[in-house]
Amino acid sequence: MELVIALIVGILATCAFYLLLRRSLVKVILGLVFLGNAVNLTIFSVARVTKGTAAFIAHDADTLGGSYADPLPQALILTAIVIGFGTQAFAIALFRKAFQKVGDDDLDKMNSTDIM
Amino acid sequence: MNSVLVLPVVVPFLSGIIMLFLWRYRLAQRVINLIASTVSLSIAIYLTWYIKTSGIQSLYVGAWQSPFGIIFTADLLTVTMILVSGIIGFATALYSLGTMDEHREHFGYYPLLQIMIMGINGSFMTGDLFNMFVWFEVLLISSFALVALGGTRKQLEGAIKYVVLNLLSSSLFVVGVGILYGLVGGLNMADIAQRVPLVENQGMVTVMAMFFLVSFGIKAAIFPMFFWLPASYHTPPAAISAIFAGMLTKVGVYALFRVFTLIFIQDIPFTHSVIIFLAMLTMLSGVLGAASQMEFRRILSFHIISQIGYMILGLGLMTPLGIAGGVFYIFHHIIVKTNLFFVSGIVNEIKGSYLLKKLGGVLKLYPILGLLFLVPALSLGGVPPLSGFWAKFAVAKAAVQSQEYWALGVSLLVGLLTLFSMIKIWNEVFWKEQKAELAGEQRLLREMPKLKVFMMMSPIALLAIITLIIGLYPQPFVEFTNEAATQLLNPSMYINAVLRGGQ
Repeated sequence: MELVIALIVGILATCAFYLLLRRSLVKVILGLVFLGNAVNLTIFSVARVTKGTAAFIAHDADTLGGSYADPLPQALILTAIVIGFGTQAFAIALFRKAFQKVGDDDLDKMNSTDIM
Repeated sequence: MNSVLVLPVVVPFLSGIIMLFLWRYRLAQRVINLIASTVSLSIAIYLTWYIKTSGIQSLYVGAWQSPFGIIFTADLLTVTMILVSGIIGFATALYSLGTMDEHREHFGYYPLLQIMIMGINGSFMTGDLFNMFVWFEVLLISSFALVALGGTRKQLEGAIKYVVLNLLSSSLFVVGVGILYGLVGGLNMADIAQRVPLVENQGMVTVMAMFFLVSFGIKAAIFPMFFWLPASYHTPPAAISAIFAGMLTKVGVYALFRVFTLIFIQDIPFTHSVIIFLAMLTMLSGVLGAASQMEFRRILSFHIISQIGYMILGLGLMTPLGIAGGVFYIFHHIIVKTNLFFVSGIVNEIKGSYLLKKLGGVLKLYPILGLLFLVPALSLGGVPPLSGFWAKFAVAKAAVQSQEYWALGVSLLVGLLTLFSMIKIWNEVFWKEQKAELAGEQRLLREMPKLKVFMMMSPIALLAIITLIIGLYPQPFVEFTNEAATQLLNPSMYINAVLRGGQ
């Protein structure tokens, strides 16, 4: 299972960086989304992937016993997903506005802040 | 009780919420913003005194014992940053009243400003690595909105670069936090610091150190990750770019100081030589970039980069004097740099341009404005007896003590080139006669409302006075930063204060 997740993370990250380096704004935003997913999967896998051992305390016990899936990274991912959702939504709105202003989604045409 | 630690976050938060409810009432928002900034500044001053007298303090949110709950921790570095954020927030609030246009005020400028300050203060205060990521996002999302607020073409183009690179940096940060958690099993920074030496795979810790260096490096605009900064900082109105120039990159620098004095101190010969190397290149590339520019705020933006180099040079040296010099440098730089952006905004109000070619003759019109520019400009260049001299002196002396002669040479050369750029601005904007055919429409200060002029000039005078005080009477500041350095170089003080309540 770890191997599959590692491969998926690798593929997602590769696609993300390829897309981020493209000139089209749409591809850049897709790159950001891919990167966000790669990041979340990475955090998911660092918690050791365990199967069928949810972190629930049994009715007759006071504490967790045996091996159980670490719930903290999953909480981190939830937070990261929510934050990523917000920032990506903002980025899409911003890119759309920029596209309307410039009339083109080519990043090479958006260099008026870099040249004098 | 240490509940006072949460106030630097709560005050901007509450005022931001109240202002959102008063969306249509511009005057109410202006008043609340000014009151909130004043309150924040007073809290910051109280907190500085409190931490100075009673040592490192923590607030355990929800009374969860460390290392399980999220905590707020304040040591001297934290309160230094909180204090300077209070000063800059107050100055920006005043300055915004004088310069911000009605359009932007109608679209939530003040609430955004307060929420951003909340994010800044939160990232200084938190003692939890993942919580720091959350605060980073709080300040980022509001800064995204601020940099694009108004929606001119330049702003949107700058905002795209700013947004994409900062989101990339946040992703790297959160991967770093995740993998570090996988290695040590904790998120509390003191707890991580305690457990890092026990990790079997020390190579992986160093890899994580590099992750954090790149992530915070993008935010702090160090070489070679600074390209978003000169592309975006000169696009929004002067009040916004002033607080950005002062505070935002310094959040990244603060984070570097925090993790590279507390957590990643296992492999100092490697990690900290990388930092010194990057610091030298940051200084050089920033100052050379500035030398080639002919726009007021772009020159200043490139100088942010070169000055960041000095701060992290202090960090890279990892000696008491180096760290103290770095902290001193952060404090001095935020005040000076914000002030320079304020001045550029006033010149723009009068002459209607930021382009050096179109400007000129301001000294003849307003000698006092010229003087108020000279104080921070010469301080930035490191001319004694202004604050920049002591900051540069401390860092340079630390470099000599560590026998880093290359770093010393670069820092002295960069100081000289900084002075060159500042004199270029002085010549072009203040000294030379304005070319009549290039001159735009001129608005004299006496044609503006008296209150507006007061609101524009008073923050500049305030910050210039602080610069002079630091310069002429540096002893208390030096002592303060020395103490801060002692705390930073003895991580056990921080760890004990957080995990064992100071015993």
